[in-house]
Amino acid sequence: LSTGPKGFQAPLVFQDTQEKETVLPERAEEAKLKAKYPNLGQRPGGSDFLMKRLQKGQKYFDSGDYNMAKAKMKNKQLPSAGPDKNLVTGDHIPTPQDLPQRKSSLVTSKLAG
Amino acid sequence: VLPAGFGNLMQDVLWCFSQVKGTIDIGVTEADIISTVEFNHTGELLATGDKGGRVVIFQREQESKQQPQRRGEYNVYSTFQSHEPEFDYLKSLEIEEKINKIRWLPQHNAAYFLLSTNDKTVKLWKVSERDKRPEGYNLKDEDGRLRDPSMITTLRVPVLRPMDLMVEATPRRVFANAHTYHINSISVNSDYETYMSADDLRINLWNFEITNQSFNIVDIKPANMEELTEVITAAEFHPHHCNTFVYSSSKGTIRLCDMRASALCDRHAKFFEEPEDPSNRSFFSEIISSISDVKFSHSGRFVMTRDYLTVKVWDLNMENRPMETYQVHDYLRSKLCSLYENDCIFDKFECVWNGSDSVIMTGSYNNFFRMFDRNTKRDVTLEASRENSKPRAILKPRKVCVGGKRRKDEISVDSLDFSKKILHTAWHPSENIIAVAATNNLYIFQDKVN
Repeated sequence: LSTGPKGFQAPLVFQDTQEKETVLPERAEEAKLKAKYPNLGQRPGGSDFLMKRLQKGQKYFDSGDYNMAKAKMKNKQLPSAGPDKNLVTGDHIPTPQDLPQRKSSLVTSKLAG
Repeated sequence: VLPAGFGNLMQDVLWCFSQVKGTIDIGVTEADIISTVEFNHTGELLATGDKGGRVVIFQREQESKQQPQRRGEYNVYSTFQSHEPEFDYLKSLEIEEKINKIRWLPQHNAAYFLLSTNDKTVKLWKVSERDKRPEGYNLKDEDGRLRDPSMITTLRVPVLRPMDLMVEATPRRVFANAHTYHINSISVNSDYETYMSADDLRINLWNFEITNQSFNIVDIKPANMEELTEVITAAEFHPHHCNTFVYSSSKGTIRLCDMRASALCDRHAKFFEEPEDPSNRSFFSEIISSISDVKFSHSGRFVMTRDYLTVKVWDLNMENRPMETYQVHDYLRSKLCSLYENDCIFDKFECVWNGSDSVIMTGSYNNFFRMFDRNTKRDVTLEASRENSKPRAILKPRKVCVGGKRRKDEISVDSLDFSKKILHTAWHPSENIIAVAATNNLYIFQDKVN
């Protein structure tokens, strides 16, 4: 049931005169990943993930852009984003209608059923 | 006579199914996913929070003498909408209503109080019972309509009459606008006057009575965000020393801080980190070392941390390495590439102590959860599943086969269901009763009563 000693699993090491080859599962997995995504960041998983974590929930609606565009267009309708709401190009800017409409769940939790 | 294999269960505890809450749905509604589970200090109440911002509180019923085999069951006591989705137009930020954490306050009077938080706002809820109502008002009739004062010729004293029990939840305090980043932890201080809330880069100290101010006690935001290398992942107050708290980081370190030392606790009093063999380093090393949960033992002598593959117990007096390390699912080491691709490598598992600090528990995939007995060094893997849901059915230990011949009731690593993750569990403060959240279902298990 209980596997391994305390701390990290010790790598198996085969040594010959020329090179040391470790059969560390993590390294094999890393090689697999780099083979699939050769442009993966040179730095080990670190800052990229942190920035992504800090940016959670960020949507690209700029109220300044929106209001200025509205003023420019006057009576005309603002072009809204196409089917892929996250890809907005050219004069298209995200409008409030493009933002996900989140309403609170008015349904009682099924745990209470 | 028990089948062979049961003798390996530690401490001779046999875990049995007790109850399951929630529905069996083909597709799970996102809002129903349970995001936090917490017993109160007596174990009488069990609270859950979900992605839909709702809180459900269960209460243990009195044990009946007629059915001694049935320990008190948990039934719904109260349910309410704690948080709602918001959109911050100024920052262009969508704020989820998901309840990240619930923490109970100790009970002082008939009412119960708990803190619930989403990414940005902490709320103090009061849950109280009403079983009487006043009748016989002078100025309004029983329907509440105002009476014509000129028609009132006598005065009477309203009396309290019994009514059907009603449990009300009311928000008593809202602690908002203090976090730029996402709140991951809240912790009630042992002084019962203050509590802390921690986000990715900062920790704030609040007084329960004051909602328009909080003290910043930790700030690790670098002057230049390009220099950001680690974030705060969890934080907790010491159970007895109101000046002491710990916080964990995405780099696998724990810092213990003493609020008596200075107002801003950026300089830690103790720094816990396990030395790493640089030859073992890989792309995944930092990600899997990120601590997802930190919990003081009830005694206050130890701190337990959970990272992606292990649970570690640290002695507060020894900073240079953990006292104990337990492998939760080391077989995942050879699956890290696909776990990175499907984002599972970022799953945040929690961990809990039992009441006597002798056993620790944490979740895994395939609806498995693991318990480690610190004294006997034995461990067990159990499963939360509808198939083992007959009343008082004893849970059979599960085993993952790591290659080679798979025995009949073992499951191979490739057959594990990574969408069935047990991130949140809770252990009753004094008894062997556990609550295990399996996506949208809540399982309650108890030890066998002879």
